[in-house]
Amino acid sequence: MKRTLLLMFVGLVMNGIPLAAQSVPEMSFDSADILKLPANIHLGEVGGVATNSKGDIFVYTRTGHPTITIGTSRPFAHGGSRLFQFDKTGKFVREIGKDSYGLLVAQQVRVDPQDNIWVVDQMSSMVMKFDPNGNIQMLLGRKSESERVPAAPPTPQAGGAAPAAGGRAGGGGRGGAGAGGGAAAGAEAPAGQRGGRGGPPGAGQQSDVFQRPTDVAWDSAGNIYVADGFGNARIAKFDKVGKFVKSWGSRGSEPGQFNTVHGIAIDAQGNVYVADTGNKRIQVFDTDGNFKTQFTNIGNPAAICLTPGSRQFLYSSNSNPPEDIDVDGEIYKLDPTGKIIGKFGKAGKEMKEFGTVNQIDCRNPNELFVGEIGNWRVQKVTLRSN
Amino acid sequence: MKQCVACCFVFLLWAGSAFGQAKATAQNVPEIPFDSVPNFLKIPAGLYLGEAIGVATNSKGHVFVYTRSANTRLFEFDQNGTYVREIGEGNYGFEFAHSVRVDPQDNVWVVDEGTNLVLKFNPAGRIVMVLGHRPDVIAGAVASPGGPAPPAEKYTFGRPTDVAWDPQGNIFVSDGYVNHRVVKYDKNGRFLKQVGSEKTGTGPGQFNTPHSVAVDAKGMVYVADRGNNRVQVFDNDLNYKTSFMDVGTSWTVCVSPGPHQYFFTSNSNPNGNTPGSWDITGEIYKMELDGTIVGKFGHAGKLVPGFQVVHMLDCRNPNEIIVAEIESWRVQKLMLKQPQATKTSSLR
Repeated sequence: MKRTLLLMFVGLVMNGIPLAAQSVPEMSFDSADILKLPANIHLGEVGGVATNSKGDIFVYTRTGHPTITIGTSRPFAHGGSRLFQFDKTGKFVREIGKDSYGLLVAQQVRVDPQDNIWVVDQMSSMVMKFDPNGNIQMLLGRKSESERVPAAPPTPQAGGAAPAAGGRAGGGGRGGAGAGGGAAAGAEAPAGQRGGRGGPPGAGQQSDVFQRPTDVAWDSAGNIYVADGFGNARIAKFDKVGKFVKSWGSRGSEPGQFNTVHGIAIDAQGNVYVADTGNKRIQVFDTDGNFKTQFTNIGNPAAICLTPGSRQFLYSSNSNPPEDIDVDGEIYKLDPTGKIIGKFGKAGKEMKEFGTVNQIDCRNPNELFVGEIGNWRVQKVTLRSN
Repeated sequence: MKQCVACCFVFLLWAGSAFGQAKATAQNVPEIPFDSVPNFLKIPAGLYLGEAIGVATNSKGHVFVYTRSANTRLFEFDQNGTYVREIGEGNYGFEFAHSVRVDPQDNVWVVDEGTNLVLKFNPAGRIVMVLGHRPDVIAGAVASPGGPAPPAEKYTFGRPTDVAWDPQGNIFVSDGYVNHRVVKYDKNGRFLKQVGSEKTGTGPGQFNTPHSVAVDAKGMVYVADRGNNRVQVFDNDLNYKTSFMDVGTSWTVCVSPGPHQYFFTSNSNPNGNTPGSWDITGEIYKMELDGTIVGKFGHAGKLVPGFQVVHMLDCRNPNEIIVAEIESWRVQKLMLKQPQATKTSSLR
């Protein structure tokens, strides 16, 4: 009997939950919903949330699906997402980019060290840089001229790599968006412009257009890195004036390969952290794309951010899939070597619970802003010192 | 050829019943006379209701109308029908209205079958809970797959139809046109249980388009099982109890509050009327909770006080019923009077 128990115990240890994950300290926290919206404005799914140097809060949200109109026998897509600015108390300041051409399906917003506001749109496949006054200063990528409605069924990626968890945390519907997922990558687009040709699977064309990009980051020299993303499986690097430099990555699970690149962040030393959601890891590269290391045991990293300052920390969300609030949802805090410091939260609909987190802002390392796809809100999370 | 014609005929009959058209079998039902309040809703100039899909009142008697106009919109009127405001204008969840209900705390809940969402607005008009998930825009632009529906998931609806709550605040969602089930969540939106599935069926606890749901003060759950021409009743844990089979095709149901609760169900005339269908459908039944019929009122008709495909009832006051109609794009307030003797039946 004793032996049986012992055997069971060994079995549990060997088959069960990874020991590392079991011993992660739980961090205590509070949360509040501080955004005060005008009566006729409602947040939808929150793609992105970010703060600038003054503490102003920017929210990029899906306020509706794009409207399709018919012209010259082609369906055109308009609107669907909006970018709002609030002050640090949550008071509404203004809308930025209203009715501009590229705001279709909100994915991410980031604010650079000069307080420029960068928006990543999943459907227009564009990265838009607004200056602090809200004027467009630079554009990366190009919106597809028209859409196919209904979209062509996704075709397997060249090379037959498995689509796996593509689009999961990005709000993918039943069964996920799958390989390519490229409704936006319409067949009307010029051949070859939309990636998937002439390179390894998922690499996209070695060019400056994207297929459902997911995030943007900068190194200390101002070079721009775009996570590209749902449709492609690569990181595209540009210099600070937007000239395409190179890209790296292809679809797969080897080091340097990706399965849904969902986020990117760069530390002061030039380490590039890439949330490789489908492979359940964060990969770390140098600024030339050379693989350095990877972090695991943190679920599906779907949203990542780096705190500023001399001692930087990494937050990473193991976001639950939109169709299930009974799994995942916790956010991890790591040091830059990948050591897990703690975790907090779980999936759900109440305050202090998270519904498919799509972005975390951690400009203040103990006051985070968390944007949720599932609960259409931004929570201000205050971590208590443990 | 003859055989083929017969087949076609059979198919037509079947299709007709699938659209929800059945003569009620109840006999000798007293007629409840009523007046329709003239021009109840004062709609501001330039504003038009579209298909009046959902209607509900709050504790102050304010009337909420969830309508399919150029866009799906939610309007609030006061107890006199004076326009108050629009709620949720342009939000991510409004695409194709199906139901609006007001809970005991005066939160306003809408069910949208175009986005597969159930939204809870607090009394101030802000969204405080989202149940379900709108299909991704890119995935959603893909043609609907043919064949049977995929297995029903805990937190994903397939064109949901209605929402209700028990006294503990548990949430019941009827779901719907793609799934055929009723789902129970706790008050924080966590899945507890379901009855039915993604498949249609005619047995107890199976549904063919559960189109509306209501819960009484004891927590009993009443489901308009429209495609099966019946109301099914469940206990609070969604165990089957009984069915009301004699009141035609149940499109929408409600339970009045107070110490003596009544149950109402509408045998709405269908979309797509064949000759004679106005004569056998369109009436609303008032019943005891055990299924005993108290009386019926109303008839199919394009003009007031006729009903043209009643889609929702509000019975917060069981003597003042508010109805929303699909095909006449209007909301009527009905003042019920004492039932008359069953003279028409007894004379026959």
